[in-house]
Amino acid sequence: MSIAFYIAAAIAIFSTIMVITRFNIMHALLYLIVSLLSVAVIFYLYGAPFMAALEVIIYAGAIMVLIIFFVMMLNLGPETTRTEKQWLKPGMWMLPALLCLVLLIELAYLIAQNKAPSTGITPVAPKEVGRSLFGPYILAVELSAMLLMAGIVGAYHLGRQKKKILHRFFESNVS
Amino acid sequence: MNIHPTTAGMTLAGILFVLGLISILIRRNMIFMLLSVEIMLNAAGLAFIVASSHWAQPDGQVMFMFILSMAAAEVSVGLALILQLYHQLKSLDSDEASRMRG
Repeated sequence: MSIAFYIAAAIAIFSTIMVITRFNIMHALLYLIVSLLSVAVIFYLYGAPFMAALEVIIYAGAIMVLIIFFVMMLNLGPETTRTEKQWLKPGMWMLPALLCLVLLIELAYLIAQNKAPSTGITPVAPKEVGRSLFGPYILAVELSAMLLMAGIVGAYHLGRQKKKILHRFFESNVS
Repeated sequence: MNIHPTTAGMTLAGILFVLGLISILIRRNMIFMLLSVEIMLNAAGLAFIVASSHWAQPDGQVMFMFILSMAAAEVSVGLALILQLYHQLKSLDSDEASRMRG
């Protein structure tokens, strides 16, 4: 296995260990994003570039942004600015940024090198994946669409705030 | 440094999965437990990608896309549930929610 795999794997394991040992949720999220990016580099090494792009866009992009929004929504108040300043000390984001930089250099090197993957790895083109997705797996695609719909409806239903009751006289009528 | 790529990838997936499992066992904060589920799902996806490249079949990547959509739905519903529990209990400790009476 090439040296690039070992660098990316070491970054993935190190940042995952940092995720599970942090006490502050924002620091853990920073390291989790680094871990997902390094796993994306490993996907690229294993001949799945489209899945690497999906990992960066959906996992490290959409899902992490959702969790960050949620964490910031939970502690509203005047002390939010102070805690945010405390969270974003340079010492805290330096190490994740450095790890990201290593991953970026590694990915740029791999793309510029442009040689065949190491022995034992056969790249699978996105075309075959799409053909398989809309051929034998079409039922599963529709099922996952229904799952996402159920997720949207469930999140809306659960996240809704209860209506404020104006007076206790109306209590029995409203509820 | 001459390990077979499938062995190396599967070992990495196993290590990441065990780290997520350890995290979900030792943490009591509900957001951290959700993050550990994400780590474990990601490790499972890595195992699928490695298997896909080992047998040169697209099925593993198809499975990874399903894991991705499932993780998105799971995170949205899980965060909404945590929000409701936080409004009820004023805390993110999962032990607080051990007794749910209706």
